[in-house]
Amino acid sequence: MFPAAGRQVAGLLATLVVASFVIFGAVYAAPGDPAVFLAGGRDDLTPERLAVVREQYHLDEPFLAQYLHWLGNCLRLDLGRSFQYNDEVVDLLAARVPTTLALVAYATVLFVLFGVGAGVLGALRRGTWADSVLIGGTTLSASVPSFVAGIGLAAIFGVQLGWFPVTGSGEGFAGTLHHLTLPAVSMALGALAVISRVTRQTVVEAAGADHVLVARASGFPERQVVARHVLRNALAPIITMCGLVTAGMLAGTVAVETVFGLSGVGSLLVGAINGHDFPVAQAVLLLMVTGYIVITTAVDLAHPLLDARVKTARRVA
Amino acid sequence: MLDIENLTVHLPGAARPLLASVSLSIRPGEVVGLVGESGSGKSTTAKAVLGLLPSGAVAHGRVLLDGADVLTMSPADLRAHRRHSVAMIHQDPRAALNPVRRVGDFLVERLMPVHDKRSARARAVELLDAVGLSDPARRLRQYPHELSGGMLQRVVIAGALATRPRLLLADEATSALDVTTQAEILSLLDRLRTEHGLGLLLITHDLHLAAAMCDRVQVMYAGGTVEQQEASELFRSPAHPYTRGLLDCSPSLDATGLPPHPIPGQPPSLADEFPGCPFAPRCPLASADCESWTPVPAALPGGGTAACLQIPVRSA
Repeated sequence: MFPAAGRQVAGLLATLVVASFVIFGAVYAAPGDPAVFLAGGRDDLTPERLAVVREQYHLDEPFLAQYLHWLGNCLRLDLGRSFQYNDEVVDLLAARVPTTLALVAYATVLFVLFGVGAGVLGALRRGTWADSVLIGGTTLSASVPSFVAGIGLAAIFGVQLGWFPVTGSGEGFAGTLHHLTLPAVSMALGALAVISRVTRQTVVEAAGADHVLVARASGFPERQVVARHVLRNALAPIITMCGLVTAGMLAGTVAVETVFGLSGVGSLLVGAINGHDFPVAQAVLLLMVTGYIVITTAVDLAHPLLDARVKTARRVA
Repeated sequence: MLDIENLTVHLPGAARPLLASVSLSIRPGEVVGLVGESGSGKSTTAKAVLGLLPSGAVAHGRVLLDGADVLTMSPADLRAHRRHSVAMIHQDPRAALNPVRRVGDFLVERLMPVHDKRSARARAVELLDAVGLSDPARRLRQYPHELSGGMLQRVVIAGALATRPRLLLADEATSALDVTTQAEILSLLDRLRTEHGLGLLLITHDLHLAAAMCDRVQVMYAGGTVEQQEASELFRSPAHPYTRGLLDCSPSLDATGLPPHPIPGQPPSLADEFPGCPFAPRCPLASADCESWTPVPAALPGGGTAACLQIPVRSA
């Protein structure tokens, strides 16, 4: 168990280093010279002024040196200063991350509750009208992009019915919940179809296993058969998939944040890229990648706890 | 104890019945063998005893266990029946155990309603010990994939004994095991039968095994019983040409030195329909009359019955 976990953590770190290099390279290669932007635009720009700016921000050094410099600072949790806002990037992130995390967490709770619930229900009532309604409904909800769903939801529940606020992220737990309901619902809607479909398929497969028939032939109550022999076995793949969808949402909040005027990391990233704000763009991307990798690693580490066969397979491999 | 009376099972869309008027009885402490090729209805018969017929199947006849008809039981009675009266041992122990749960969970789950958690674990250790597994306390914490097939079949048998059933159904319980393990499991089953006075229905395709283990053997073909006799009698003088065909299929070591002699043709599928005797197309003795004669069991001189038109002709 321990060496396997150690290998996984080492893999996580290696992935992070590679990702940081790709991120830094991508932002570096983006069109436009940041020095021009930093010096205050093309108007009355002298070569001397440009050189000063370049030196000040280490932009005159070779690419690799710049990368190592940046990486070293990142490790000390010094993400630099925003070109645009002139604030510490760490402070900017600290202000933005909670909103995005709350949004993703809220959306995750929703799609796990309703997606997995619908999938299980569809699998256990396979072939009935409930199953068909669930498949049809989730397919419809998945075919609508999250920002379109967001606009629709805002128009109906925000503007017409006035049940939920349509902008801002709210104060306190209840306020946040209230404000984030519509954005979280519009994000969760897209995930519902894939989650409920895969859940349904996994549960149907788990229910078809021989040992389920054996359990039924042993006269256990149906509820016990479903809980301990069907759902228990479907758990590992369902959790893996939910983890992946949540991880993907971390980087996918941009559209919904824009629709609902939320100041999360998604909107921060878009602003930073548009404004050539390298330190912010790099930091946000690095954070998203880190979040993604941490979640997927956590799911991987949880897998052997749910299915002991995985552990042995890894030990043998 | 178990009395199956004229059990006929139809499946919608199938040309012939899954089971055609099968009768079978087992007394306490008796071993009855059910022999035949795949698809002959052996497993369906066993599953009918558990009330587990394929969905959509229509059953006629009666499956009586100590006088109660399994086919007409309420769901609650059926659960109690599966729980306490009958236990099934399946062909592949690896498929019978939930791979993500521990061996202990498999046993404790069966013991739970009667025992509390602590005494259930203690009883599980006793059961594993009784079926001859070494280090039973450690086995409880292991997962199925950590045990061999023979060990798992012992676990399955321990699970079957957990609820102290009166009847064991062993559906090809040793077919997936290697020969030495097979012998161990069979002697275990035999010991448990004598110790607990269990009735045992032994389903197998191996006629020699059935002859060695069983008091009586019933041979099935295409959902019907073609012959049933005392095991020793059946082995010595098989009456039905199908039984003889099955015996000829296995290689023998005696002086005749004849090579194994397969039965020509294929076992019939559910899509095949028979106006007469279902075995007629593959039967070496078949005459034109067999094609239109519906098999009726006839008494044999040494006890037992066989359903073959040619038998009186030969004995005359």
